[in-house]
Amino acid sequence: MDEFILYALLAGLGVTVAAGPLGSFILWRRMSFFGDTLAHAALLGVALGLLLGITDLTVGVVIVCVGAAAFLVVLQNRTRLGNDALLGILSHGTLAVGLVVVSFMENVQLDLIGFLFGDILSVTTTDLAWIYATSGIAIAILFKIWRPLLSITIHEDLARAEGIQVTRINLLFMILIALVVAAAMKVVGILLIAALLIVPASAARHYARTPEQMAGMAVVIGTSSVVGGLMLSLAYDTPAGPSIVVIALVLFLISTLMPNVGRQV
Amino acid sequence: MASDYLIDAKGISVRADGRSIIDNVDLTVAEGEIVTLIGPNGAGKTTLVKAVLGLRNLSSGSVSIKPGAVIGYMPQRLSVDTNLPLTVRRFIGLAGKAEKGKRQSVLEEVGVLPIVDSSIHDISGGEMQRVLLARALLRDPDLLVLDEPAQAVDVNGQAELYHLISAIREERDCGVLMVSHDLHLVMSATDKVLCLNNHLCCVGHPEAVSQDPNYVELFGPQVAESLALYHHHHDHEHTVDGHVIPRHAQDHEGHDHG
Repeated sequence: MDEFILYALLAGLGVTVAAGPLGSFILWRRMSFFGDTLAHAALLGVALGLLLGITDLTVGVVIVCVGAAAFLVVLQNRTRLGNDALLGILSHGTLAVGLVVVSFMENVQLDLIGFLFGDILSVTTTDLAWIYATSGIAIAILFKIWRPLLSITIHEDLARAEGIQVTRINLLFMILIALVVAAAMKVVGILLIAALLIVPASAARHYARTPEQMAGMAVVIGTSSVVGGLMLSLAYDTPAGPSIVVIALVLFLISTLMPNVGRQV
Repeated sequence: MASDYLIDAKGISVRADGRSIIDNVDLTVAEGEIVTLIGPNGAGKTTLVKAVLGLRNLSSGSVSIKPGAVIGYMPQRLSVDTNLPLTVRRFIGLAGKAEKGKRQSVLEEVGVLPIVDSSIHDISGGEMQRVLLARALLRDPDLLVLDEPAQAVDVNGQAELYHLISAIREERDCGVLMVSHDLHLVMSATDKVLCLNNHLCCVGHPEAVSQDPNYVELFGPQVAESLALYHHHHDHEHTVDGHVIPRHAQDHEGHDHG
């Protein structure tokens, strides 16, 4: 196997292992738009990182994503507008600001297309190290806060009354998503990160009866999408990132045809 | 603050958008005591419960909960998002670790054993109430806080549920703070009733409260007469938003609205 394919495969798997369970939580909390918002904020993170001369782009991405998440909480407390409106504003607002900032940087060579659509076939060993570090940390933290996070997801007041540190856990959860967005940027690109979080988890819903089953199935489906997408890309010379999402979409459509395992009456 | 109370709330007020939701309410729950909050819709019952549990910010007053007391809370409504696959067993297990034998006996006592492997999306409203009660009990609480435990339960089931709650108290000697809007049903199962309509209208034993003019005024003579003879006059009236207007200065035997 060529080295670049092996690297691409490893990169994709490294991301989907964290994206499966986190994407499940995003669905459970009805936060699908949040993934998009953070993905778009990631572009702003890249731009600002370059502007400030931060050599590693992941740092800028994580900082701006966490900032956007914190800003969302501030907005939630200041306005009666619903979450969907706020996320729409933040999502497209950060994307626009990011694109404007990029246009200021005439001296910097920036592969905008690469950031928007991902460039999994050019993953380096340094990228791999970053991906495994971020997604490894994300999985470790998620494992540790699984039970309280699940309780909060089911009923926040009940969790709080039972003594769970709701604010702290919620903040950690947002940081985890920011980490995975940073890791996934290289694989599928900013425009399709949310798909990697949402689509495998949605497909997994149709096979699961417990939260853990769903998270596990989301990893399996995400991983299969990466393998299938790369094969598609190699065979027909299609762009790798979108090909991965196309396979995930096909797997989702198949899951809807299954007898409703998760919705027995 | 040393006290024998599980909950000792003094002068608590909650405001939202400039409107007073609860105003200067005192509330205590002693160990092994069942305290019921009654009042019409919008009286602030749920808000008071949430304020006591620290889920709502107080605009004034203080709440002290006995240090180390374990609280089992049963919220008014809990609907699990359909995106989240969840069995009853897994949901109950989230409350914390309990030995298998104990878990089994609690599930049996509350009557959720037959549905324990069902999806939580497929059980009825009444079953959900029992599941929530089981979950609260498995925490081995010193204090049970139940917000309208009998909603979505038919009349027979309601009586049975209140019976179960007083049996639980007998057995475990835990304090119970519960919300209801029907004094009839909670009468026999309660030690103390707080009648709430934004402010505290009257407090006392259920028999006494059912004859209290403030209670009668709040719920109307028909409701009250079925419980007790109506032979008092009310010393104040309520406007739509719960404000108190004095009626006649001369017939005074009511309470003070500081």
